[in-house]
Amino acid sequence: MNDVTRRTALKGAGATLGAAAFAHALAPLTEWTEDLSLDAFLQRHYKELTPSDMKAVLWRLQMDAKREYGRDVTIQDLPPQEGVGFGYALNLSICIGCRKCVEACHQENNHDRRTGNSYIRVLEMEQGSLDMERGNADYDHAVPAPGKYYLPVQCQQCDNAPCVKVCPVQATWKEQDGVVVVDYNWCIGCRYCEAACPYHARRFNWSKPEVPADEINPDQGYLSNRIRPQGVVEKCTFCLHRTRAGRLPACLEACPTGARVFGNLLDPKSPIRWVLENKRVFVLKEELGTRPRFFYFFDK
Amino acid sequence: MAASRHVLDYPRFLGRLLWMSTDGSWRFYVWMTALTAICLVGANAWARQLVDGMALTGMSDHVSWGLYVANFTFGVGLAAGAVMMVIPAYLYHDHEMHDVTLVGELLAVAAIALSLLFIVVDMGHPERAWHLIPGVGRFNWPVSMLTWDVVVLNGYLLLNLHVCGYLLYMRFLGQKPRKRWYLPFVFLSIFWAVSIHSVTAFLYSGLGGRPFWNSALLAPRFIASAFITGPAFVILLLQVIRRFTGLPIGEGPGRTLTSVMRVTVLLNLFMLGSEVFTAFYTGGAHAAPVQYLFFGLHGHHALVPWIWTAVACNVGSAVLLHLPASRRHVTVLNVACVLAFVGVWIEKGMGLIIPGFVPSTLHELVEYVPTLTEWKITAGIWAFGLMLLTVAVKVALPVLSGQLASHGAHEPVQRPPDVARQSAA
Ligand code: SF4
Ligand code: SF4
Repeated sequence: MNDVTRRTALKGAGATLGAAAFAHALAPLTEWTEDLSLDAFLQRHYKELTPSDMKAVLWRLQMDAKREYGRDVTIQDLPPQEGVGFGYALNLSICIGCRKCVEACHQENNHDRRTGNSYIRVLEMEQGSLDMERGNADYDHAVPAPGKYYLPVQCQQCDNAPCVKVCPVQATWKEQDGVVVVDYNWCIGCRYCEAACPYHARRFNWSKPEVPADEINPDQGYLSNRIRPQGVVEKCTFCLHRTRAGRLPACLEACPTGARVFGNLLDPKSPIRWVLENKRVFVLKEELGTRPRFFYFFDK
Repeated sequence: MAASRHVLDYPRFLGRLLWMSTDGSWRFYVWMTALTAICLVGANAWARQLVDGMALTGMSDHVSWGLYVANFTFGVGLAAGAVMMVIPAYLYHDHEMHDVTLVGELLAVAAIALSLLFIVVDMGHPERAWHLIPGVGRFNWPVSMLTWDVVVLNGYLLLNLHVCGYLLYMRFLGQKPRKRWYLPFVFLSIFWAVSIHSVTAFLYSGLGGRPFWNSALLAPRFIASAFITGPAFVILLLQVIRRFTGLPIGEGPGRTLTSVMRVTVLLNLFMLGSEVFTAFYTGGAHAAPVQYLFFGLHGHHALVPWIWTAVACNVGSAVLLHLPASRRHVTVLNVACVLAFVGVWIEKGMGLIIPGFVPSTLHELVEYVPTLTEWKITAGIWAFGLMLLTVAVKVALPVLSGQLASHGAHEPVQRPPDVARQSAA
């Protein structure tokens, strides 16, 4: 009996010690839970939010931006317009690889300053070859270089999007106007979509984005350029906070050569339709069956 | 009534097992304390990762999965392989195997728990895991392969918990288990074991933009390697059990498992060879990741030493297993098992996941090296898995051997009066 009680006492001591040690090991979690409000935790999927829910969410997110980044911002949720399906085309004959579009995207979309993120990558390609293996995304010399042409790649807004297919929680989907979006408050951060995208179009927030208050673009959309939380994926949305309001994507406005054409595919009189009908157009990795809404063409 | 009695007795039985699991020799305490310490280190690293973000890992937008997913994949294979011992036991009526199938099932439970943990630590937002609950969240079933994996892994866990729990409980009560309460589940678990590993393979092979994974051979390769790691681990485990619990386990099961491994190590090498042939003979985009894996590409070769270690281990184990000495000397067999285990761990871990990302989809070469945080968390989860397994085996075996029973060994259970009163009410 004595032995048993001693054993029990020892076990008790061991259990207490173990519990204390675990509490200590997990101490950083208190810091983490402080940032996590119950409202944020319980927030429903974008498609399940009523207009009044959305109002409350947008208010909360604006407050968060103010608190964490020290800037007054306006976050809106613009719906897709009726009868609009967006498309983008890029003239490879005149793109000079200056990466002004990359920079514009970085600023417009409130990207993390430390990593210098952008949704666009420009590949310097060998004249006469479409083989990306012979391309280079990390060039830093004067452009355009002889014997080269430039291939900017961003989200192709695939109509048969692998990223949408693989997401286990429907945190990413295709909108009525053809834009593939992410609900940053629903994504669980598994990065399956990142593995599935054949165009390296998705980015993960490996840490909390750093943007100085005075560099923040305050004109924001819930599904586009609001400052993303840590631990979720994001992607190009054709700047839907601009384009759904009738403006053009930031990358197009920044392009000095006019290589970029954007518009409504459903409107026969739009410039994008003119390009598709009069130029020789192709899409990247057509063999994968992703059916991009982003087209490339050459003059001549 | 019998059912209501079990409702009360089964939790008590589990409670008793749990209490028992904390008793042991000093060796047991040293072992468990060491594992706990490693777990603590892992838990701490994970907590830090949650706060500071996954930037603490070596992953990037180019290589978006790393050590965690590699270990997840391996763990699923281990779980699938562990249950394969059920085949000789029940399909071929190998009676000696019956006792050790339970060990296999316990191993499967621990391995699944480990795999699930690796997924949790790989998530950017684990607190949002409820989005994955069908009905409550938005489960993208049947389109997303990951949802299939969630279903089959959890189903497999329940299946094995049921079989183990039922068989042990019946032993504990001194009753003969009723076939219809476990046999159908045992057979189901065989199919299910294949499904967990196939679905996990489809997770990768379904991605058209990743030539390294986009191969129909991936699922068969996974199954073959599961048939290596499961038996290898169990062979070693059985010896540990025999040594430390004095439980009489015959030589038969070990022999059966060794014969299984003799075939599967060769099969695995053959399929690896087929993939390598297809890649190099054809060349082009399909060859780049394989080139990177085995020989390095444009001055990048982080994986080269790993994969050649794996090849050496796999070939080494195949040779050892086919030497007559492996029948006579248990050390030779053990070395072969360890080599096989390590070989597959690399090959179906880092060797499988990383070349899927290097070169990236735009053919950029960005390498991946796991950070200390990742190693700590990984070690912590493995330690946790070993703890689970230790406790499970430690309490299950005395029950199985009849050392622990409700009222003396193998006597029909007598209901204590208070239970009788409660169940009558
Ligand atoms: S390009 Fe990638 S991220 Fe964009 S829709 Fe296609 S698969 Fe999705
Ligand atoms: S990272 Fe987010 S959007 Fe991508 S698949 Fe996972 S949950 Fe879906």
